[in-house]
Amino acid sequence: MTTVEELVSYEDALTSYDPVMGLEVHVELGTATKMFCGCATTLGAEPNTQTCPTCLGLPGALPVVNAAGVESAIRIGLALNCEIARWCRFARKNYFYPDMPKNFQTSQYDEPIAFDGYLDVELADGEIFRVGIERAHMEEDTGKSAHIGGATGRIHGASHSLLDYNRAGIPLIEIVTKPITGAGERAPEIARAYVAELREVIRGLGVSEARMEMGQLRCDVNLSLRPHGREMFGTRSETKNVNSLRSVERAVRFEIQRHAAVLGAGGTIVQETRHFHEDNGSTTSGRVKEEAEDYRYFPEPDLVPIAPDRAWVEELRASLPELPRLRRNRLREEWGISAHEMQSVLNAGVLGSVLATVEAGADAAAARKWWMGELARRANEQGVEPTALPITPAQVARVATLVTDGLLNDKLARQVIEGVLAGEGEPDEVVAKRGLAVVSDTGALGQAVDEAIAANAAIADKVRGGKVAAAGALVGAVRKATRGQADAAMARRMILERLGVTE
Amino acid sequence: MTDLIRLTAAELAARVAAGDVSAVEVAEAHLARIDAIDEKVHAFLHVDRAGALAQARAVDDKRAKGEPLGPLAGVPLALKDIFTTEGVPTTVGSRILEGWIPPYDATVTKRLKEAGIVILGKTNMDEFAMGSSTENSAYGPTGNPWDLTRIPGGSGGGSAASLASFQAPLAIGTDTGGSIRQPAAVTGTVGVKPTYGGVSRYGMVAFSSSLDQGGPCARTVLDAALLHAVIAGHDPMDSTSIDAPVPPVVEAARAGSVAGLRVGVVKEFRGEGFQTGVMRRFDEAVELLRELGAEVVELSCPSFEAALAAYYLIAPSECSSNLARFDAMRYGLRVGDDGTRSAEDVTALTREAGFGPEVKRRIILGTYALSSGYYDAYYGSAQKARTLVVRDFARAFEQVDVVVAPTTPTTAFPIGERADDPMAMYRADLCTIPVNLAGNAAMSLPCGLAPEDGLPVGLQIIAPALADDRLYRVGAAVEAAFQARWGHPILEEAPAL
Repeated sequence: MTTVEELVSYEDALTSYDPVMGLEVHVELGTATKMFCGCATTLGAEPNTQTCPTCLGLPGALPVVNAAGVESAIRIGLALNCEIARWCRFARKNYFYPDMPKNFQTSQYDEPIAFDGYLDVELADGEIFRVGIERAHMEEDTGKSAHIGGATGRIHGASHSLLDYNRAGIPLIEIVTKPITGAGERAPEIARAYVAELREVIRGLGVSEARMEMGQLRCDVNLSLRPHGREMFGTRSETKNVNSLRSVERAVRFEIQRHAAVLGAGGTIVQETRHFHEDNGSTTSGRVKEEAEDYRYFPEPDLVPIAPDRAWVEELRASLPELPRLRRNRLREEWGISAHEMQSVLNAGVLGSVLATVEAGADAAAARKWWMGELARRANEQGVEPTALPITPAQVARVATLVTDGLLNDKLARQVIEGVLAGEGEPDEVVAKRGLAVVSDTGALGQAVDEAIAANAAIADKVRGGKVAAAGALVGAVRKATRGQADAAMARRMILERLGVTE
Repeated sequence: MTDLIRLTAAELAARVAAGDVSAVEVAEAHLARIDAIDEKVHAFLHVDRAGALAQARAVDDKRAKGEPLGPLAGVPLALKDIFTTEGVPTTVGSRILEGWIPPYDATVTKRLKEAGIVILGKTNMDEFAMGSSTENSAYGPTGNPWDLTRIPGGSGGGSAASLASFQAPLAIGTDTGGSIRQPAAVTGTVGVKPTYGGVSRYGMVAFSSSLDQGGPCARTVLDAALLHAVIAGHDPMDSTSIDAPVPPVVEAARAGSVAGLRVGVVKEFRGEGFQTGVMRRFDEAVELLRELGAEVVELSCPSFEAALAAYYLIAPSECSSNLARFDAMRYGLRVGDDGTRSAEDVTALTREAGFGPEVKRRIILGTYALSSGYYDAYYGSAQKARTLVVRDFARAFEQVDVVVAPTTPTTAFPIGERADDPMAMYRADLCTIPVNLAGNAAMSLPCGLAPEDGLPVGLQIIAPALADDRLYRVGAAVEAAFQARWGHPILEEAPAL
């Protein structure tokens, strides 16, 4: 099925053409209830258990707008520097699909709640690229179809399909960019950076977890090429459901190469939707849009217009959190780390956790070390995000403090973390239960030191004779005797002291 | 038992409350009447004998315990088959919902039950409320109790016929372009379309969302007011429901006066297509209003000429979207699902078999009117015409308190006469449609029989939005004056069934 078409090299494509992109991102809001009814939105529930007459589209049922959804939409609009509509309506987008209960989607058409904004995106080299935002509008998600009996889970060849309406009616915000021009060879990088930054903005607002792998943030990539110097845009392709940052970058790159090959051979680009293939980074033709799809939009007569109170909008504006890009730069300075190091923190998805750990009293280096190291490793083993581990930033901060205070060393601290993750309680409880405190109590340690000196008289003599390096063997003996809990530095100091040697 | 079925709802409620008769006896009397005559009339699509008797028993139990009863507790009612009823079939007069048992009650249904009203069953209607004769029901037509060979109006012909044939003292209808008022007019009963948003649409299967409005049907103005008070009022489940107190309709119906009122007569509602006898009775009604102390003012509402055309673009447009959900996927009819056909084919076959010709006509019309390239010319222009109608009414209500008009241009026509002439059928709603476009309130009540055919004529009273009480104030006065003149309620002149 998957045929990779003729491509030209990326460099050659850009020698002849200038890419124009449009990115459409759907964000599932994290509201407790659906956009137009009171059903729960919990992920992973049994199919069709979070439904009611309204989200099933039963005859007679009516929608009621979720105020929290409207508030989230306005906050997203404000964070994207958009105008907020003084008066706007929902509209019906009419088309048939088995997993869409009413066979129209309640959406917005020519009166979006937010419009005409921008998002500044920082590229790897620190350059800022401004992406224009055309609009952000509210709509509802569809249900999910599962095609059974076919080879690949696609409808082709399936014997039957199962429908789950739990997702039907979940609030979505669709954010559409203005045509992105002037990106040139950096188009793939800019597309990725835009989606990444938008994701951070959404998370920063707390309106959605925006996890792409869970479908909470989905991206469609529109791309066209035009010869350098030409004003008019070329025909575009729409690559649907590009659902990771890396895929966004790859999809743009692939489409640039594909378009260039078609145009270079004297062909024309067909306006169509395309599927993206994660396995080889290619796209293939979906359905051809022979004529513009006619959704027969008209104002939704079952809902009254929305006219957000201006004072309320200003309150929402005033309470917006700091933009992620600015916050990152501020934290980078406060923590004294490089742009590259900050990028690693971001890529690991632990910025929020590190920050919370610092705020709970840990120093920044320690907080970063634990989240990027031990916790990232354990998360990776379990195949979850570090933030999903059953440990709180406050607990991580406590562990860091115990280390700073010399009560734990790194090895013991890892065991404390293991205990917390295993549900053994707070770090101090784990220390107590497992008996993990560093042996720095001079009484206990002194006894161990005395025993080590007595048992290793020959080595002790060498040290007395000035061979200070030989003390390492005595420290090792002390640590062996205390099963690793001795503070090595203190043990060494006491050994040298007892043997009357100074370094 | 004959006595019971001829009583008004107010009288029945009083007798039940006083313990003169039990709610079960009242329900049984009406069920017996249905058994005796509905084979001829065909007002009901479904009679819920068990549900009705259970509800009646519950009212009797409440009374026995000395708990307070609502003003209509124990009174039977015929519910238009467009409202969902949990556990009781709801077909909307269509094959496409044949066998569907809704899992939930409409807000209207819920309020009726809470009021102790006894729902006898579900009444016949034009499929999806599209029609003016009930001939478009997939389950066969309903006869007009005045002449069973004639139409009882539509779309709520079943509800109106159940009242006129004494099968129920109360009924519920819905009015998108006249579906409560025109049936009331041609059956000699009372029907009210409340202000748009006055009665919740939740659980009322949608035809045209911006026009649809449920309302009360009865044999007297007071009964209609009592029922109005039960079903009206804000519903958080319907965003378009009005969040304001219900106008004092019962008080107005008890007061009944027109003295000092300014009454407008629209000169456009006259002329070609208006039956002579209808206009004669209408003119007499206007004269009566004058005698009762009203000041009559002639008005011109030129936009009303465009109302019918605008309606037949807006209503089909909305219906083309509202009816899209009937796709055989989740409920109702499913045709051709034999394991070899695609979902698309099953949907197509089901819709082919499940929708009648009038419904298909309107879906096609509306789909066309909303298409890109035609939207502005059709749906867009229709919305502009609608705005003009709103303005004409606003200007009229600067000059008058209520407007009166004939409810429908003719008396009941013979079944089959207009079946193949949709335009002739559409004209039955000429005088009612402007009210829906503007969202105003209106009532139809009997104003006599046309001399040429002896069939009932309806007087329409129109009030501004949120002034539903004016309908009852004027209606009650007119009703009392006419009955004094006739010496009895008009339905006593209907032939025995």
